[in-house]
Amino acid sequence: MTSSGTATVTLPTDEQILITREFDAPKHLVYKAWTTPELVKRWWSGKRGEVTLVEIDLRVGGAWRFVMVADGGFEVGFHGEYRELVPHERIVSTEVYEGYPEEEALNTLTLTEEDGRTTMTVLVQHSSKEHRDGHINSGMEGGMQEAMDLLEEVAVSLR
Amino acid sequence: MNDLVRLLGLAQPQVSKHLRVLREVGAVEVRDEGRQRLYRLNGHALKPIHDWVKSYERSWTERLDQLDVVLDELKRKEQGDGSNDE
Repeated sequence: MTSSGTATVTLPTDEQILITREFDAPKHLVYKAWTTPELVKRWWSGKRGEVTLVEIDLRVGGAWRFVMVADGGFEVGFHGEYRELVPHERIVSTEVYEGYPEEEALNTLTLTEEDGRTTMTVLVQHSSKEHRDGHINSGMEGGMQEAMDLLEEVAVSLR
Repeated sequence: MNDLVRLLGLAQPQVSKHLRVLREVGAVEVRDEGRQRLYRLNGHALKPIHDWVKSYERSWTERLDQLDVVLDELKRKEQGDGSNDE
C-alpha cells in the first residue's frame, strides 16, 4: 500500500475549514472513489465505524446521503444536494449533519493532477463561526471516542 | 514586509494592519534590522489552535488513508486490464 501522507487542516476564514491531501493516483480514480457508493462505503468512516448506507444521485440538484454506525454503536447520518459537478475535477455540494439539521454547510471538492498524483482539497463553508467551530469540536468528540476505545482495549487486555 | 506583500497579493497598508493585530496577540514577533522590519512566527501562541484542530485532522487522515487503499486497488485493476493481477 502506498501512503501519501497526512491530511492537512487549515482555517482560512472564521467560517471555513480547508482539508488538503495528496494521493498517489490519477484524479479520475479519486473522483470515482468519491462518487461510487460501493467504494465510498469502504473508506468514508475511516476507522471509526461502518458505513451502512450510501445514496448518491450524481447530477446537479441530485441528493446524497451517507449513514455510518460508529464503533460506540450510535448512528450518524449526513445528507445534502449536488450543486455543481465537473467530472474528475470539482464537486460542490451542501452537507447537513442530521444531528443539527438546521445547519447547512457548502462543500467544494477540487482535484488537480500532476505526474499521475492528485492533490485534493475540500473547502467547507459554514454560515457562521459558531457552526464552523461546532463542526471541528465534533472531531474532538470523535477523538475522545477513539481514546475511550483504546482505553477499553487496554483494560480488556489486563483482565 | 515586501516579501509578505508580494506573497499575499495584498496592499501594504492591509498587510501592516494584519501584522499589527498578529503582533498584539503575540502570534508574531518583530525586530528592526537596519531599514527592514523582520517578523517571526511565534509557534507557541499558535499551539492552542493547532491542538484544537488536530483531532479533527486525524479523523480526516484516517478516512483518507482508507481511501488510499481503495485507490491502490482501482489503480491495479486499471493497469491490470486485459492481463492477470500478480
